[in-house]
Amino acid sequence: MSVLTFTPDGIYCAAGDFYIDPWRPVPRALITHGHADHARWGMGNYLATDIAAPVMRHRLGDIPLETITYGEQRVIGDATVSFHPAGHVPGSAQIRVEVAGEVWVASGDYKVVDDGLSTPFEPIKCHHFITESTFGLPVFRWQDQADVAAQINTWWSVCAAAGKTAFLGCYALGKAQRLMGMLNPEIGPILTHTAIENTNAVMRDQGINLAKTIRADADLTPKDHPGALVLAPPSALGSAWARKFGAQETAFASGWMALRGIRRRRAGDRGFVISDHADWAGLLSAIKATEAENIYVTHGYTDIFARYLNAKGWNAQAVPTEFGGDEAEDAA
Amino acid sequence: MKDFAALFNAIDQSTKTTVKVAALADYFATAAESDRVWTIAIFSGRRPKRAVTTTRLREWAAEVADIPLWLFEEAYPIVGDLAETIALVLPPPDQTSDLGLTHWINTLRALTDVDESARKVVVLEAWRSLDPTQRFLFNKLLTGGFRIGVSQKLMTRALARAAGGDEAEMAHRLMGDWNPAEVTWHSLIEADDPAANASRPYPFYLAYALEDEPEILGNPKDWQAEWKWDGIRGQLILRDGQHFVWSRGEELMTDRFPELARARDFIPDGTVLDGEILAWGDGIPQNFNALQRRIGRKTVPKKLLRDAPVILYAYDLLEWQGQDIRDTPQRERRTLLEALCKGLPEDAPIKLSPTVAFHDWTALAQARSDAREAQAEGLMLKRRDSPYLTGRKKGDWWKWKLDPLTIDAVMIYAQAGSGRRANLFTDFTFAVWNGNDLVPFTKAYSGLTDKEFRKITAWVKKNTVQRFGPVRSVTPHHVFEIAFEGIQASSRHKSGVALRFPRMSRWRHDKPLQEANSLDDLNEMLKTYG
Repeated sequence: MSVLTFTPDGIYCAAGDFYIDPWRPVPRALITHGHADHARWGMGNYLATDIAAPVMRHRLGDIPLETITYGEQRVIGDATVSFHPAGHVPGSAQIRVEVAGEVWVASGDYKVVDDGLSTPFEPIKCHHFITESTFGLPVFRWQDQADVAAQINTWWSVCAAAGKTAFLGCYALGKAQRLMGMLNPEIGPILTHTAIENTNAVMRDQGINLAKTIRADADLTPKDHPGALVLAPPSALGSAWARKFGAQETAFASGWMALRGIRRRRAGDRGFVISDHADWAGLLSAIKATEAENIYVTHGYTDIFARYLNAKGWNAQAVPTEFGGDEAEDAA
Repeated sequence: MKDFAALFNAIDQSTKTTVKVAALADYFATAAESDRVWTIAIFSGRRPKRAVTTTRLREWAAEVADIPLWLFEEAYPIVGDLAETIALVLPPPDQTSDLGLTHWINTLRALTDVDESARKVVVLEAWRSLDPTQRFLFNKLLTGGFRIGVSQKLMTRALARAAGGDEAEMAHRLMGDWNPAEVTWHSLIEADDPAANASRPYPFYLAYALEDEPEILGNPKDWQAEWKWDGIRGQLILRDGQHFVWSRGEELMTDRFPELARARDFIPDGTVLDGEILAWGDGIPQNFNALQRRIGRKTVPKKLLRDAPVILYAYDLLEWQGQDIRDTPQRERRTLLEALCKGLPEDAPIKLSPTVAFHDWTALAQARSDAREAQAEGLMLKRRDSPYLTGRKKGDWWKWKLDPLTIDAVMIYAQAGSGRRANLFTDFTFAVWNGNDLVPFTKAYSGLTDKEFRKITAWVKKNTVQRFGPVRSVTPHHVFEIAFEGIQASSRHKSGVALRFPRMSRWRHDKPLQEANSLDDLNEMLKTYG
């Protein structure tokens, strides 16, 4: 029996009788990170990193949650597990599972570049590696974060000079806080939609250092904040709340903005290409660094990416995934 | 190419017309003269001949990107644009270039004179020296199909602003057969050309759809009803002993419909008619299929002229005896038009589109229900005392179309869209039951919201049975109501029928698979409406 198997409920470890990021309620769940398509409601018991835990409690309420620090080893049944930085969002982890000398790593979502917010990705040597493939096509190649920051700040400056509010659509957990670190506060104030500010509050409480922001709730008077940039979930762009701000430009920050078709479909005026997932080169470098021979490809262009890996000499297979729907696309 | 790339970015990064026009006007005021002329050419559909096949481009791009060709081919439908896919897979440029648009276009034009290995050297060198946006534009020029959200109308407006002058005049200057390699900015845009006025069309008046019952229009006596034809809206201009035929999109179509030249034999100079170009046979309008064969053909072979002759079914008179009479009330223009058409011989290419008599709205509703028998798609209602307005304006003209025909069908294949709909499954093939088999009978692409397309895309990913390149067969499960305007027998389709304007009108979540319609139902519709 494999150390990890792919079941309709999610990734299962028989030796430790637990699941990783299960889709349906199970007695014991190890969670890579707090995004909704990985951390779901209704598990009998949760295990996640101490850094991921506050946001999970914020999102899922009073859940039975145990925490573990990066690199700490814990024995569950006949399995030894440890969590290692995945670089995706603060607290996100790759989960290493060892049973009788055989090592598997379930990477969850990951990126290999340092975003200045999350603990940077660490390659973990293993025999079997489960990788995502959200951007597993050679058309995806990310620019340096500093270059994208310059593009966003230029756009913001132009909006501010034209007397317009700059609305930047992004996912509330991870992407928003990463962008806050990229914005130049000398241009103007950073306002945040309540959904984002609530997450900010949780992260500040746990000691994560974030840029200064102003909650843009119903009490806020937009004209008191000229030249502002507003961070908002994509669904809030163009809403009645957003229209209160008067003249505005809208943009969307996501890896999907690399494709012009999607950019034109999803973005208002601008699309900025910035992702918390690895690009094509990032995926390949991460896989090589594990020195694993067996690769399981989930989330994304699974068939295509697995075929490529096989042609390059790996023993790869595509693993069916329950799709996260819109949120997964927004989060990318 | 930097100027042109900056222009492209400014246009591509905005959804606002004002921003696009301002960016274009600025470019036309500042860019190098030959670049301006080529830009006009590109945005009005004129471009250098394609010198490299797309097959070679794919191979070269895969080779330079160091990826297998199959992987490139998998990525292409996801990106939804060949020029963009190539630009994205190539490694970043290792040199820079300050050469302008005209240089790159001349480079492409010169490719036709050299052999393939030399073409490859030139293309690869260009890829190495252009940044991603410029590379994308270079590939667009190379592959043709340059659509980047600039309509000819928008460009015309920007040119009028940059060069001074009137939009309609500018539109006319850009018409016809000019060669960007030969004309200058001055001769194209600035030089005075008195001959130009003869062919200039009037802007078309466009009707709104009537969504409510016609009772809201008030007294039926104030209204004139006509059949609404399913042809090509056209304006026929007879001035200075010449004739010109314009489409609603302000495209000059004179050469496409040579039959209309004979109008000069019957109708005096100084006349402009508005009407519908229709295929005509056996003394009645033919369905759109007959006209379809004429569309997109710039020259018409003799046989086709015999098989599918066209006429202008005239319904308005805009100029008479050299006078613009658009401000004259509809009823008077109609009287003049009827008098003009009265003496026309049977074989004249101009005929009078008849009015539909009615006493009250109930009688008109009855008449409308017979539209299909009249080969019409509904009725037009025009206020008798109204002038001929410009553009789409509410109030005086209404189109009251028939409700479409509908059939419930099963989705069996899905394909990703391109352009704005890349990476979403939006193009579907639908089937009806024939016994226990599902027979495909139509494709449809439109009618769902973006949200519904995202939902069906997630479903398709999970329920793919088999992949045939970009096409996926899916588990038969979802039933959609397909709306369409007409049905014809067709030997080219497995089902034996072809639909006009099929689209998804409703996602029938309520309908089980087994209750979709059958081939017998379709054949019944063919008998009734075909």
